[in-house]
Amino acid sequence: MSKIGVFICHCGENINATVDCARVAKTAGELEGVEYSIDYKYMCSDPGQTLIKQAIKEKGLTGVVVGSCSPRMHEPTFRKACQEAGLNPFMCEMANLREHCSWVHDKNEATTQKAIDLVRTLVEKVKLNKPLYSIKVPVTKTALVIGGGIAGIQASLDIANAGHQVILVEKDPSIGGHMSQLSETFPTLDCSQCILTPRMVEVAQHPNIKLLTYAELEKLEGSIGNFKATIRKKAKSIDENLCNGCGTCTTKCPTKKIPSEFNTGLGTRTAIYVPFPQAVPNKPVIDKENCSYYQKGKCKVCEKVCPTGAIRFDQEDELVEIEVGAVVIATGFNIMQPSEFPEYGYGKYKDVITGLQFERLASASGPTLGEIRRPSDGKIPEKIVFVACAGSRDPAKGIPYCSKICCMYTAKHAMLYQHKVHHGKSYIFYMDIRAAGKNYEEFVRRAIVDDEVNYIRGRVSKIYEENGKLIVRGVDTLLNAKPVEIEADMVVLASAAIANPGAEELAQKMHVSYDSYHFFSEAHPKLKPVETNTAGIFLAGACQAPKDIPETVSQASGAASKAIILFSKDELSRDPLIAVVNRSPAPVFSTCVGCFMCASACPYQAIGEELITNRQGKVIKKVAKVNPGLCQGCGTCVAFCRSKSIDIQGYSNEQMCAEVVALLNND
Amino acid sequence: MKIGFYPGCSLTGSSREYNESLLAIAKGAGVELCEIEDWSCCGATAAHNLNKELSLSLPARNLALAELENMDELVVPCAACFNRLVMTQHELSEKEDLKKQVSDKLQMPLKNNIKIVNVLQFLEEHIVPRLDQLVKSPLTIDVACYYGCLLVRPQKVMKNERFEDPMLMDVIMQKLGANAIDWPFKTECCGAGFSVSKTEIVGELSGKIVRNATDRGAKAIVVACPMCHSNLDMRRPAINTYLNMKMDIPVIYITQAIALAMGLTPRQAGIQRHFVPVNLTVNR
Amino acid sequence: MVDKEDLSFKVSQITGVNIRECYQCGKCTAGCPVGERMDLRPSVIMRMLQSEDAALEEEILRSKSIWLCLTCETCYSRCPMELDIPKVFDYLRGKSYSEGKVNSESRDIVSFHKSFLNAVERNGRLHEMSLILDYKIHTWNLFQDVVLAPEMYSKGKLSILPERIKDRKGLARLFKYQFKKRKS
Repeated sequence: MSKIGVFICHCGENINATVDCARVAKTAGELEGVEYSIDYKYMCSDPGQTLIKQAIKEKGLTGVVVGSCSPRMHEPTFRKACQEAGLNPFMCEMANLREHCSWVHDKNEATTQKAIDLVRTLVEKVKLNKPLYSIKVPVTKTALVIGGGIAGIQASLDIANAGHQVILVEKDPSIGGHMSQLSETFPTLDCSQCILTPRMVEVAQHPNIKLLTYAELEKLEGSIGNFKATIRKKAKSIDENLCNGCGTCTTKCPTKKIPSEFNTGLGTRTAIYVPFPQAVPNKPVIDKENCSYYQKGKCKVCEKVCPTGAIRFDQEDELVEIEVGAVVIATGFNIMQPSEFPEYGYGKYKDVITGLQFERLASASGPTLGEIRRPSDGKIPEKIVFVACAGSRDPAKGIPYCSKICCMYTAKHAMLYQHKVHHGKSYIFYMDIRAAGKNYEEFVRRAIVDDEVNYIRGRVSKIYEENGKLIVRGVDTLLNAKPVEIEADMVVLASAAIANPGAEELAQKMHVSYDSYHFFSEAHPKLKPVETNTAGIFLAGACQAPKDIPETVSQASGAASKAIILFSKDELSRDPLIAVVNRSPAPVFSTCVGCFMCASACPYQAIGEELITNRQGKVIKKVAKVNPGLCQGCGTCVAFCRSKSIDIQGYSNEQMCAEVVALLNND
Repeated sequence: MKIGFYPGCSLTGSSREYNESLLAIAKGAGVELCEIEDWSCCGATAAHNLNKELSLSLPARNLALAELENMDELVVPCAACFNRLVMTQHELSEKEDLKKQVSDKLQMPLKNNIKIVNVLQFLEEHIVPRLDQLVKSPLTIDVACYYGCLLVRPQKVMKNERFEDPMLMDVIMQKLGANAIDWPFKTECCGAGFSVSKTEIVGELSGKIVRNATDRGAKAIVVACPMCHSNLDMRRPAINTYLNMKMDIPVIYITQAIALAMGLTPRQAGIQRHFVPVNLTVNR
Repeated sequence: MVDKEDLSFKVSQITGVNIRECYQCGKCTAGCPVGERMDLRPSVIMRMLQSEDAALEEEILRSKSIWLCLTCETCYSRCPMELDIPKVFDYLRGKSYSEGKVNSESRDIVSFHKSFLNAVERNGRLHEMSLILDYKIHTWNLFQDVVLAPEMYSKGKLSILPERIKDRKGLARLFKYQFKKRKS
C-alpha cells in the first residue's frame, strides 16, 4: 500500500498568485494512497526541504510528489532531500505547476483544477515507481576543445595546466581566431597580437595539449565522462613532420591573387599558404580549390622548390577517433555580411567596409602595414564615417539583439583613426552607447572629448557615391531630428555579430541546444552559464552569444574549471533512466523475440544481443541487451518494440498509462 | 487568356504618349489588351489623403468591372494607379467586413482576386520573351533607368526583393541594346503629386535625380510612371531653376524605348509630345 | 484593455502600428525626401505620439509635415522595426482634415486634392484642364503655370473636353458613402 507525500510549492508568488496552492494541497491529500499533503512558500529552501525529510521519516512515506517548478533545475534538489531522509531518490517526482500551469494561464478555477490534475497524474505514477540505483561509469580524463580562438586557447591551457590531456581541434590552418585579426584592443589599446601570440605558442609547446589544425568534428557519440569523437583531419597536402616551415613554397607559388581570409579580402595570398606570419603551426596547407595542380593537373612548383620534400599531393582526409571525458565548444562567431544592407552599398562601393576590415587596415600586420588607407585608391581618408548597429538591433534584418562589442570597437576605431590621421574628421552614427564594462565608459568619453570624435545620435538611411565621395545620409535625433549629410571618403559598418554558418549542424552533431539565432544555449542563463543541456559539454566564448575578449576569457576559464571538476573524480554516477529488456522466469526468460528492430532504431548503438543458455551451455534464446554505458534513455527503442519488451526505467509503459488514465478519470 | 487594360486618367491626357507607345508595342507583339468598359479614376493621392472611403471604393469599382468582364489579369501602366489598385486589393483582402461594405456600395460583386500587373511585369511576361525577334534597330546609348517609389514600395505588398536596386527595367534596356548605368537615384522620390501645389519641391527632388543621371553619363532617363515623367520632363524649368543650369537629358517611357527599338517611328512612339527634345541617335 | 482617448492609442488601434515599438533611431527622417522642409520630422512625430501629451498631439494635427509627406514609403521600407509610418500619416491627415486643423501653409496642397476630387466627381475621370481651373479659382494662383497650358495643348497633352463615364449614378453613390463606424 502506497504512502505518498504531496508537497505544493508557492514559488513565492510565481505559482500561488495564479493557482490556489492551499486547495491543491488539500485536494491532493484526499487522493487514494496519499498519506500527507502540505503547501509551503519556498519548497526548495532549507525549511521546505526539511518539511519533506521530516514527513518521510515521521509518516513513513513510500513516495513523494513535489508540485513546483520545472524539474530542470530542482529535481536533483528534491531527490537529494528524499535520499537524505532514507527514501530512494527515484521515488520522488515533480509536477510542473509553474511553466506548465501558473505562468501560462490566467488566475481562475480552471487553472487550479489543472494544477490538481497534474498532481494527481504524478501521484498515480509514483505508485508504480521502483527504487533505482545510479550507474557508475569511469571518467576519461581527456578534454576535447573545439575551436582555437582565444576561448579555445584559454580553456585548453587551463585544463592542460591542471594536469589533464587536451585535444584542441581548429578548422583553419592556424589557431588564433578573430582575436589574431584585431589591431589593438579596447579599453587599453594594447596590441592584440602581442598579448595573443605568446599564448598560441604556449598551446603548441604544451606537453598536455595535442593540437589538430585544419580539422573538424565529424561525429560525437557517448556521454559525459566517456565520449567518442571522430575528427576529420583535412588533407593539408604536406608532411608536417618533414616541413620545417621555411616558406619557400609560399613565396614561389604562382597562384597569388586569392583573397586572403585573414585580411578579410583586403589582401591576397597564394594557393599554398600560411594564413599569417605569426601562425601556429607555422606550416603551410594547400588550398585545393585554388591550386593549379589540383584544378588543372599542372604546376607542382611547391614540390620542386621544397628543400625537405614535404609536399604530398596524394594526401587524403583522415578520420581519427578519440576518447574524451569532456568537450568544450569554443567555435566563436561570424559577422553579418552587410550586403544585407543594399541601402548602404556594401559590395558596390569599395570604400564601404566592415569593422573587421578596418581592424586589418589598422593592424601593423595588415595589408597597409597599419596605415589607414582606403581600399579603392589607397588614399588616406580625410573624413570617415562609422555606422554603429549595422544589422544589430534591427528586427527587419532578422537581428533584434545587441551585438555587445560594436559600441566599444567603433569608439576604438575612431580613436585609432584620429591617432593616425591627425587632421582627419571622424563621425559615428549611433543609437545608444553601451559601454558597461570596467573602464569602458571612460574610454568612450576619451574618444569624444580628447580625440574629438563626432558622435551623432541617429541612424543612417542611405549611402551612395557621388563625384568620388560617399554621401552618407543620416540624422541627428538630438537636434530635433535634423537630417545630416556627410561627404565621406570611407565608411565603416559595425556589422552585427552572428553565429557561425555551421553552428546549427555542429549543435545537432553534439546534441546540444541552440537558440533561434543559432548561438549555443547555456543550461541556465544565470546559474549554469557555461554548461549545456548535455552533461559534459561546456561552452566558451562567442559561440554562446556575442561577447568581448575579457568576457570570453572568463567564460573559457569557467568552462575549463567545469571540465577539471569532472576530471577530479575517477568515476561518476549517471541517472539510471535507461532502457532495459525485461526478463521473466523460465521457460519464457524474456518476452523479447529477438527481432532487433530496437537495435536498428537506436541512435546510440547501445543495443547488442544476449544469448540465454541452459546449464549445459546450449543457447536457448537470443534477446536484445542494452549497454547501460551507452544508452541515453531516449526511448526510441520502446516505441519500436512490437512485443513491448523494452521499457525506460522510471518511465515505463505502465507508469505512462497510469498517468494517462488518471487524466482521463477527471471528475 | 484575357488581358485587361486600365489606362487611368493620365494616359488619356498629359501622358498620352505612354498609352500610344504601349498599345503600339502590344500590337506589334501580337498581344491584345482589352480596355475595361466605363473605367473610372482610381482617386489617386487626393482620395488617399482626404477620403478613406473613396480611396478604396474608386479602385475597387475598377477591379469589380474587370472581374465582370472575366479578365485574367489587369495591366495598369500608370504606377500611381497600379499602386492604388494593389494597395486596395491588399487592404480589402485583409479586412473581409470592409470588402463587403465596399461591394455593397458598388452594387457589384467583388471577388478581389484579379492579378494586377504593372507595366514592367507585363513587359517581362509578354514582350521580353519576344524581344529577340522584335528588336530591329537597337538603342546604343547609356541610359539611367528610374523606377521611383510606386513600382517598388511598400516592398511587402509589391513583393519586390531588390527594392533598393531594382533591375527589371535595366534588364529590358540591356536587351534593347542600351547600356543601363548603375546609379544611386533609381528609387528616390521625384516629388510625386506636388507638381502643381508645391512645384519648388518637385524642382528640388527631380533636380537631384536629373543631375545624378547626367553626371553619371546617361543620355536618357527611362521611366515607367506618368507622374515621374511629367515631373522630370514637363517640370524641367523648375528643375533648371533649382540646379541653376539647363539640363538637356530627355526622359522617355520604357514603352517608347521598346517602340523605337522595334523600328516604329518616333511619331508612333509619341516622342513629339515631350517638352525636353528627344534625340536618341547620340551614340556611345 | 482600458479604452483610452489619446491620439497614440487611436493611431495604434486604427492603423495597427504600435507606436511604442519606435526606438527613435531616426532612420525614417534620415531618408525622407522632404525631411529638411518638415516642421515636425517623422521620428519626432512618432516621439510626440509616444508622449501621450494632448498639447503635442494637437501640434501634430496642425503641422505642415503631415501634408508634406509624399507617401513615397521610403521610411517604411527602411524602418528597422517595420513600422508603417505612411499609414500613421494617412490617419493623421484624415483627422487633421476632418477636424479642420489643416495648417494654413498646407492649404494649397489640400485645395489641390479637393479640386482633384471635384473634377473626378463631375466626370468619373480626371480632366486635367478642369482640375487646373478649379484649383486656380480656389487658391487664386491665377498666373501659375500659364505658360505650360498652351504648350501642353500644342503637344496634344491637354484636351478641351472632358471624358465622362456612363455610370455617373453609381459614382455619385460612392462620393456620398461613409463607412459604418467600426466598433472601437
